[in-house]
Amino acid sequence: MTVPHAEGGSPILELRGVDKSFGAVQVLHGVDLKVYPGKVTALVGDNGAGKSTLIKSIAGIHPIDGGQILFDGQPVSITGPRDSAALGLEVVYQDLALADNLDVVQNMFLGRERKHGIVLDEASMEQAARDTLAKLSVRTLKSVRQLVSSLSGGQRQTVAIAKAVLWESKVVILDEPTAALGVAQTRQVLDLVRRLADTGHAVVFISHNMVDVFEVSDRIAALYLGRMAADVPISTVDRGQVIELITAGRSGDIGLAPAVSEVV
Amino acid sequence: MASNIVPTSDLEPGGAAPSGFEGDRSAGSLGGVVRGYVDRLRGGDLGALPAVLGIVVLTLLFYALRPETFLTPLNITNLIIQAAPITLLAMGLVWILLLGDIDLSAGVVSGVCAAVSAQLLAQQGAPWWVAVLAALVTGAVIGLFTGTLVALIGIPSFVVTLALFLAFQGVTLRVIGQGGTVPIRDETIRGLTNSYIPVGAGWALAAAVIAAYAVLQLNRWRTQRSKGLDSQPLIVVVGRIVLIAVIVLVLTAILNADRALSRAVELQGIPYAIPVVVVLLLVLTFLLGRTTFGRHVYAVGGNSEAARRAGISVTRIRIMVFMLSSSMAAVSGLVAAARLSSVTPGSGGGNTLLYAVGAAVIGGTSLFGGRGRIRDAVLGGLVIAIIDNGLGLLQVSAYLNYIITGGVLLLAASVDALARRRAAAGKS
Repeated sequence: MTVPHAEGGSPILELRGVDKSFGAVQVLHGVDLKVYPGKVTALVGDNGAGKSTLIKSIAGIHPIDGGQILFDGQPVSITGPRDSAALGLEVVYQDLALADNLDVVQNMFLGRERKHGIVLDEASMEQAARDTLAKLSVRTLKSVRQLVSSLSGGQRQTVAIAKAVLWESKVVILDEPTAALGVAQTRQVLDLVRRLADTGHAVVFISHNMVDVFEVSDRIAALYLGRMAADVPISTVDRGQVIELITAGRSGDIGLAPAVSEVV
Repeated sequence: MASNIVPTSDLEPGGAAPSGFEGDRSAGSLGGVVRGYVDRLRGGDLGALPAVLGIVVLTLLFYALRPETFLTPLNITNLIIQAAPITLLAMGLVWILLLGDIDLSAGVVSGVCAAVSAQLLAQQGAPWWVAVLAALVTGAVIGLFTGTLVALIGIPSFVVTLALFLAFQGVTLRVIGQGGTVPIRDETIRGLTNSYIPVGAGWALAAAVIAAYAVLQLNRWRTQRSKGLDSQPLIVVVGRIVLIAVIVLVLTAILNADRALSRAVELQGIPYAIPVVVVLLLVLTFLLGRTTFGRHVYAVGGNSEAARRAGISVTRIRIMVFMLSSSMAAVSGLVAAARLSSVTPGSGGGNTLLYAVGAAVIGGTSLFGGRGRIRDAVLGGLVIAIIDNGLGLLQVSAYLNYIITGGVLLLAASVDALARRRAAAGKS
């Protein structure tokens, strides 16, 4: 599935020297990241490396302290979730922001319902939800009017991802979408991640699972103690190198300068 | 925002085949509907079943114990009038419970609102509509206050409303005056429960309600069918229309029968409180089921974090729900005042709130938030009124009445908790 990519094309989302501190603790140190349309960028790093903080900064939940975020080449300021949504950035959270007591259609349109006057336009929402799921070749749902509480973990993940597609997001950030899923469900979600990129979305895929990462990703970005150790095409590294990047911050001639990786 | 998504569908009418949602198809058969219902029951979603069973069993029980009096048109009319204020209060509480909150002050709020309008009528000689408006505004302002404390300051609703439960009894006492009773003499307000729609008009109204319901249901079914959306089989839709028609017609027949105890006078017709309940049932059901506001209330109750991340202002929704609920308490207070033709410092106290919460929960609204409908208040209100009325006819001692009613609420809450556990267990 993975195709080697040259550095060609311009990134849809680019971070330059992003800093973020919580009080006295600096979590992100001058992080650079490039995210390209049509490609899956895996964001890896050990617990506490700053992955969650980084995506929350991009999503506007924790606005950045320093550095720049460029969207489509233009510097943008993201100070809240609404800013990132308006740009076309959608985050699919690990703990799945779905309401159990609503059905699939209601969840996909939550907060952005279509209306006829004051009445909800159920017909057009149901059709659009159905079309989006069909476009992603999702065939595992029995009905789009099923309550989310009756869905399996993989199906929930699917709905959450389809929601991002429905809103024509340009960048979809997936926070550990395969954690806690079985083998078959992981398969479904990985296929969906690939299709997402193949339909032109820029995908950021956070995972601890190297098998998953190497299966779907085009690029890999490794965070080490709040610094970006590497942001390279996945074809240029092997699994051992990635693990070294995650655990030590450097591997051979890629990664952080020895001084940095040893001092911190 | 929504307009930039162009539906790319060219699904043929009735054909959802391309997306492969075979479940949408199988639900279209009668067997599929029955299976779906059984699955829901098994999954812990009992819906209206406990309330309907309760109505049937309790009616049979009290009919067996008091065959002479329980099922007479006079007693049924009394029972329905008894149910009206409970139901109206519960219709507001359903919203609060949907959020997973509780309003322990709803009963005494109904008392405050009734006291305000009674004093306006008695002291200022205000016309009835001013009094009604004043009660509604009082309710809304109280709801704004409570909602702000709960949603903005972040005090648990249980504590806020427990404190207000005490405080508002003091307010009622202040408005009415020590030991006083304010009689309601206004004919329009008294007429809510003490005057009746003429028999002919009552039948016409019943026919209109049935016709409107049938047209709405069939229209919706036709739209869903023609666009290839999820829909129920026609026979289920027709069955529901027939059921509603039978209930409405039987009730109208009973209420239109002459229920006077002496042959010298005629006493017949639907009390005006009933159309009030029906209209509010329709309006609130529409608001909850068909508007963004209702959808967001469900979302906040189901997963407030998801709602927040979806850009819904949880604070605004919660405050608005408290305002709505307290306004319904005002309506309930007015109907209760009409029924007793007076407002006392004790109005809305005692078991008023317990009855209303009980009604909502028995009707199928969950105390854990996220699940419930407006009709739950009507069904549960009837159950509570049947118990209250039946025990009255049996002349059981007051102590037993309290124990039984409390027990019924506990039973309903247990069913709710067990159903929830079942639903949680079924998921993993």
